[in-house]
Amino acid sequence: MKIGVVTFPGSLDDHDAQRAVRVAGGEPVPLWHGDDSLRGVDAVVLPGGFSYGDYLRAGAIARFAPVMTALIPAAQGGLPVLGICNGFQILCESHLLPGAMIQNDHRTFICRDQRLRVENATTAWTSDFAKDDEITIVLKNQDGQYVADQHTLDEIEGEGRVAFRYVVERRVAARRLVDQSAADGSGALSGVRYDRFATRNPNGSYRDIAGVTNARGNVVGLMPHPEHAIEAGYGPSLDGLKFFTSVLKSVVNS
Amino acid sequence: MGIVVVDVMLKSEILDPQGQAVAGALPRLGFNQFTDVRQGKRFELTVEGEVTAEVLAAARAAAETMLSNPVIEDVVGVRAESAPVEPPAVEYQV
Repeated sequence: MKIGVVTFPGSLDDHDAQRAVRVAGGEPVPLWHGDDSLRGVDAVVLPGGFSYGDYLRAGAIARFAPVMTALIPAAQGGLPVLGICNGFQILCESHLLPGAMIQNDHRTFICRDQRLRVENATTAWTSDFAKDDEITIVLKNQDGQYVADQHTLDEIEGEGRVAFRYVVERRVAARRLVDQSAADGSGALSGVRYDRFATRNPNGSYRDIAGVTNARGNVVGLMPHPEHAIEAGYGPSLDGLKFFTSVLKSVVNS
Repeated sequence: MGIVVVDVMLKSEILDPQGQAVAGALPRLGFNQFTDVRQGKRFELTVEGEVTAEVLAAARAAAETMLSNPVIEDVVGVRAESAPVEPPAVEYQV
């Protein structure tokens, strides 16, 4: 089972993605942005990091790379494609996925372990999850704010094309503050480690959307990084592995 | 040598973090009259010879396929630039 991983100028997580494919039981195949060949792979990962300096807009120039001239029609024909972080931005710029990514609303880079809720467990990349599963994987981005117009948002919500949503723990965070305050006996909230993203999503994404899928379910993009959560001792969980085991099964079944 | 200027702006319904940062800083310099700031992009495309109708059409196509993302941005202007741009002759007291 061959899973291609594209390296763009500026890709950071291509080797992590290759490793994740290997750990899941697949054979990673390196693909090069300057080649218009997909080398006969069964699925493709567009990894995180950067591409072409992300000048103009994140992913905007990568979208016209030679490899994308082969990948776009293949994805439209049903080839499973996963875009992670910058890869998600490239898929949006290619219009394989709806919406677009702009700068985080708080205008700072963010790196944290992030809880997500699986909203669609029927795609090629999420079938090993159950709907409403909560997972924790790494989020690290500058341009992670998912935006789209109202009509598009309503449409993808209606069609079940939101794949992942950020878990925003409004009530839990409030409870934690109160418990902490009670535990130190002071009644004051001093000393509480305040998580500024406990009560809001971490980049301002519209409707807390962390990832989306196309109508067919073969193309999935998300901002957080499953490839960093596949091995014990590295990353916050093993939740990322299921992205890769899902696609291996979907390739076998197709 | 001709120049085509392409202006691209974020759509009004899309939040503009850069514009907000600028809007937040202006009052610190005493500029209190601006209630909102939206930041866009200006591209200058140079061609040999005159800016013909064909050149403008090509610039418009480039603007719509690559210079802007129609999901979040509008191309608000594609025009031939004739004279060099002079800065406005206004002195600001900061």
